[in-house]
Amino acid sequence: MTLLDTHIGFVEALRSAGLSVSLAEGLDAISALERVHWHDRETVRAAYAATLVKRQPQRVTFDAVFDIYYPRLVGGGVAGDDVAPTEGVPDTGAQLQRLREALAEALASGDQQAMQDLAVEAVARFGAMPGRGPGLSSWSAYTSLQRVSPAELMDRLVQGLLAQGLDEERAQRDAGRRIGEFTRMVEGDARRRIAEEKGPEHVAAVTVRPTIDRLDFTAARRSDLEEMRREIYPLARRLAARLTKEQHARRRGPLDVRRTVRASIATGGVPLTTHHRPRRPHRTELVVLCDVSGSVASFAQFTLMLVFALREAFGGVRAFTFVDDVVEVTDTFAPGADVAEVMEQLSASISHAARFGRTNYGRALTRFAEEHPDAIGPRSSLLVLGDGRSNYSDLALPVLADLAGRARHAWWLNPEHPRHWGTGDSAADQYGAVVPMVECRNLTQLGEFVHEIV
Amino acid sequence: MTTSWFTSPDDAARRLEAAGYLTDDATALTAYLAGALEKPLLVEGPAGVGKTELAKAVARSTGAELVRLQCYEGLDEARALYEWNYKKQLLRIQASGADQAWSETHDDIFTEEFLLTRPLLSAIRRDEPTVLLVDEVDKTDVEVEGLLLEVLSDFQVTIPEMGTVSATRRPFVVLTSNASRELSEAVKRRCLFLHLDYPDAERERAIVTSQVPDIDHRVAVQLVDVVVRLRELELKKAPSIAESVDWARTLVALQVGDLDEETVARTLGVVLKHASDQRRAVKELKLLAAR
Repeated sequence: MTLLDTHIGFVEALRSAGLSVSLAEGLDAISALERVHWHDRETVRAAYAATLVKRQPQRVTFDAVFDIYYPRLVGGGVAGDDVAPTEGVPDTGAQLQRLREALAEALASGDQQAMQDLAVEAVARFGAMPGRGPGLSSWSAYTSLQRVSPAELMDRLVQGLLAQGLDEERAQRDAGRRIGEFTRMVEGDARRRIAEEKGPEHVAAVTVRPTIDRLDFTAARRSDLEEMRREIYPLARRLAARLTKEQHARRRGPLDVRRTVRASIATGGVPLTTHHRPRRPHRTELVVLCDVSGSVASFAQFTLMLVFALREAFGGVRAFTFVDDVVEVTDTFAPGADVAEVMEQLSASISHAARFGRTNYGRALTRFAEEHPDAIGPRSSLLVLGDGRSNYSDLALPVLADLAGRARHAWWLNPEHPRHWGTGDSAADQYGAVVPMVECRNLTQLGEFVHEIV
Repeated sequence: MTTSWFTSPDDAARRLEAAGYLTDDATALTAYLAGALEKPLLVEGPAGVGKTELAKAVARSTGAELVRLQCYEGLDEARALYEWNYKKQLLRIQASGADQAWSETHDDIFTEEFLLTRPLLSAIRRDEPTVLLVDEVDKTDVEVEGLLLEVLSDFQVTIPEMGTVSATRRPFVVLTSNASRELSEAVKRRCLFLHLDYPDAERERAIVTSQVPDIDHRVAVQLVDVVVRLRELELKKAPSIAESVDWARTLVALQVGDLDEETVARTLGVVLKHASDQRRAVKELKLLAAR
């Protein structure tokens, strides 16, 4: 491949990964590359980043694609060279022992270069998945990590860090971070080897994850959830800024005849400027009813946090959580409360919301209607969050229809893709016939929806 | 003309450092590219990481003058580009009397003399090297972005009565944004993008010591350590570089020789501006004290 081919392939891959890279930006990147030296890979990366990535959340995707198209090294590199197939079986107990020793040392000293070299070697030695023919062999980060199992080095690493004079909590945290780093390095290197084998287009299409604001709630890993949590407040702030702007634009209400005529006296009876009555902002009272059982708990938490972060846009917000019983959690969200504490209290409330521990929408809805009959009135809007998977129990459709009928508006947010609605024990179709069901799978969709209802 | 800003990324890093702004590699490279490609530079990042300071440092290090346009909601053409000095025009019409034809007067009152230039136009018309800082561009309305487009891509301004004013010397344009609103694709496409984030501990220490030279080395190490830990907590507003520097100044003013837990707790208000954040930090520090 020529350099230009690589560049074009790279830009194409970025586009298919969801970054909007225009032709002009591609040209910018080329003229930027003309101005810098190419001997340093990071320089090339920074030049590309400055010209092509215009939104910080996309940076992660960009880095992953960049690593595939502009790999650190080709093949096993220096560290992996002695792992040539001529050696016979590269994966021996002795080798594993040696590698783990070296890894423990590198982790203890925090030497990035050594860790990177070891990651390369780990994939070369333990991650090979021989295929039946050329192009069928592959590399697995999972196998490498299973064999090397860096997590087992945790205790040793913590001890080492404690000896260096760190306190325990910090040692734990540092150790966790370094091992996480090594895991990422191994994953990255496996991607690089696969890209070498099968061509970068294949890998870019398969392994690159979507950006955090487009990532499905249900597909999120633990680390993703933490990152999403950090995104909630900026998202709320952006929404609030947008709302104020839109309200300002619509502030002019109907003509105030009295003030206009009065003002016209100064100009001899000619109404030069018109005066308007300010529009009265309409604020809805929101009642959120959310399923907090394991499968959709994180989705419910994000929605609750976003709704409460925007509380001043609503007349009032009441929140209830349920699994098969209903519990009110409005008090948890005191103004200015600490995010981490709120999350802890929310998880604690789950145990109150569960009697038998199996999601039962029908039961939860009935209990809600019985215990909080005053919650829903003609001025309030009902928002139900959940996947509608009710373990084949009674659905209490009339109860929901009654609740929706009493409320001003009613919506149902479903974190599943519409093609899964009504499959298995999902009652999304039946509920969807009673209240409008909205697909809400990622932060972007959530933000859009909340903006709509405000 | 292209070499008038920086000759290489290393040169950019060196000269910015001499101007009191410590960069990392990506920042230096992007600053160099912005000068070399003559493209505007869009800088995004949390508040207080030195976005505005970058523009000032570029101006200082290259001996250019800084022209600043502070954006706010309701900013319009008359305050960003140019305005006709209509009071003076009125005087001119009254003074001309009856002996002058209207067509002459008309030509007369739309000249340089009656033009009030605002930041964007004055940055373009200057002959000396200029750094144009468009601060907090996300605070403006969408219409102002349209106004910026002509300036940013062609460095020219069209005044209907006078014609098009082109830049004789392209300014180094820096736009800063807090990302409170998504900028339009059209603006982003014309810019180079740089995301400034919190620096690593080493660079932060260097920044603190360079900004507050009086601070004791040991205290600086401890301070950066605490700030890094605070950023790891889930806070509403994580402390930024500006806050670390403020804190360092506070500690110098209080003549603190050792940053122990009590001093941290007492001066926490300098770095954390939310009551709940402070409570949370104190809780974490108590944990530390109990051990």
